[in-house]
Amino acid sequence: MSILEMEHVGFKVPSEQGEREIIRDVNLALEPGRLVVVTGPNGGGKSTLARLIAGIAIPTAGRILLDGEDITGKSVTERARAGIGFAFQQPVRFKGIRVLDLLRLAAGKELSVSDACEYLSAVGLCARDYIHREVNASLSGGELKRIEIATVFARGVRLSIFDEPEAGIDLWSFQNLIRLFKEMRGNIPGGTIMIISHQERLMDIADEIVVMKDGGVDRHGPKDDILPGLAGSPLAIGGCCKNGQGRLTKC
Amino acid sequence: MLKNMTDTIRGMLRELTGRDDFSGGAFNVRANGESSGRLSTDGIRIEPKPDGSGLDIHIAPGVKRDKVHIPVVITKSGIRETVYNDFHIGEGADVEIVAGCGIHNHGPQDSEHDGVHRFWLARGARVRYVEKHFGSGDGSGRRILNPGTEVYMDEGSVMEMEMVQIRGVDDTERTTTAELAANARLVVRERLMTHGRQRAISYYVVKMNGAGASADVVSRGVARDDSYQKFDAKLVGNAPCTGHTECDSIIMDNGKILAVPGLEANNVDAALVHEAAIGKIAGDQLVKLMTLGLTEQEAEEQIINGFLN
Repeated sequence: MSILEMEHVGFKVPSEQGEREIIRDVNLALEPGRLVVVTGPNGGGKSTLARLIAGIAIPTAGRILLDGEDITGKSVTERARAGIGFAFQQPVRFKGIRVLDLLRLAAGKELSVSDACEYLSAVGLCARDYIHREVNASLSGGELKRIEIATVFARGVRLSIFDEPEAGIDLWSFQNLIRLFKEMRGNIPGGTIMIISHQERLMDIADEIVVMKDGGVDRHGPKDDILPGLAGSPLAIGGCCKNGQGRLTKC
Repeated sequence: MLKNMTDTIRGMLRELTGRDDFSGGAFNVRANGESSGRLSTDGIRIEPKPDGSGLDIHIAPGVKRDKVHIPVVITKSGIRETVYNDFHIGEGADVEIVAGCGIHNHGPQDSEHDGVHRFWLARGARVRYVEKHFGSGDGSGRRILNPGTEVYMDEGSVMEMEMVQIRGVDDTERTTTAELAANARLVVRERLMTHGRQRAISYYVVKMNGAGASADVVSRGVARDDSYQKFDAKLVGNAPCTGHTECDSIIMDNGKILAVPGLEANNVDAALVHEAAIGKIAGDQLVKLMTLGLTEQEAEEQIINGFLN
């Protein structure tokens, strides 16, 4: 059974012209244990799709099923408890809430400091320096982003969604990030990871790639089928070329 | 050891100070208008004023890392009192003073405690002052607290004040004044939660009179229901000095907050800054915590608890 199914999902918002269609007739099934990268041009509907799955936005048409259960009408909280994790593109700041508090809330239990430190180390932060800091404006965008990713890692849920996780992250951390996603996939049996990204190096570790365009699914298939067609386009930043052996390498 | 203790009083003492047994250190516990127990130590001498209006607390010069508790509890409806406590902190002393007042009012009459605390810090003295206020009881009489605090700081002294009022106080008007000599440093952290139809007013006037003096006065408040808060903090720079004041507040329901930051620079090298921000809980904060599995109400509580932490 698919872990996530979207059936004829649509999403419209009011506009000056009456209504604007952000997502149109999306049919998508994600299988357990897969790492899926969703890419596509800006404004193509990628982030909205992720928000519809997490329940932050509610579809105006169609159904969303998680493990076969219809969750279309369920709240953000109910979906989170049902096993959906969501890392925001632009993480939220909290005055007075420490990194440790946020990780404990994410884990849903009294996390020991050493356990919490492991999650931070996994995202390339020196845990000792961060664990007792507030998740406030004193943290840089890159630090916040990594903490955001760590909260989803700490949740350990069946479907983890990351909205542009690489944004604001330096190269060294980005390499860590790739390792982290591989590790997450290995740690949660049957767990599926959905990443919204333009980064070719993230697409390169994916099992499947979904290309969103004009609010719909333009292409969806195994990485090896989709990625070559994106090579060198703005949808795969970094570009890639085939070498003499037919393997993808950096141009 | 303590006289006239009841379970309610013990519970309130624990709420105020984290303990109900003060043996092993200097203390004075005041319950329902009279002293329930008092102890002086070698370094900290607590004496009642001759006219019975309060206490004189002398902290000997050079005392290090000592602590004194002076909690006040009222459990009888209709008590109204004004108490004057004067703290004389000797040169180079380093002490923590835990004060605070809890009012449990289960009757129809108002109960009120107005505590006036005055501090004289000698050269190089360091004080950490913790003052917690709360109210409880289901009587129709109001729980009123009007603390007055005066701080006189000699050269190089340091005062950190933590003022907390979390719940149950119907009406409070807090006035704090401080005068700082050269290189003295004052840090104030005020945390305030009001609910129902409560009203809480805080006035601060901090005068930095000596070169190198500094002050940092920060208030975080949450006003729920129909409650009202006013934060009026004025920093006066009479010498080369640095001062910062901040009011950071969350309003909910029909809560109202007035922030009145004031700066007065009377010296060209006085560097003074104020910040004030008032707003409701941000929607994306709630959503983030809900994506972690919290309900909206749980998320709200976490945000407020963190904010007031």
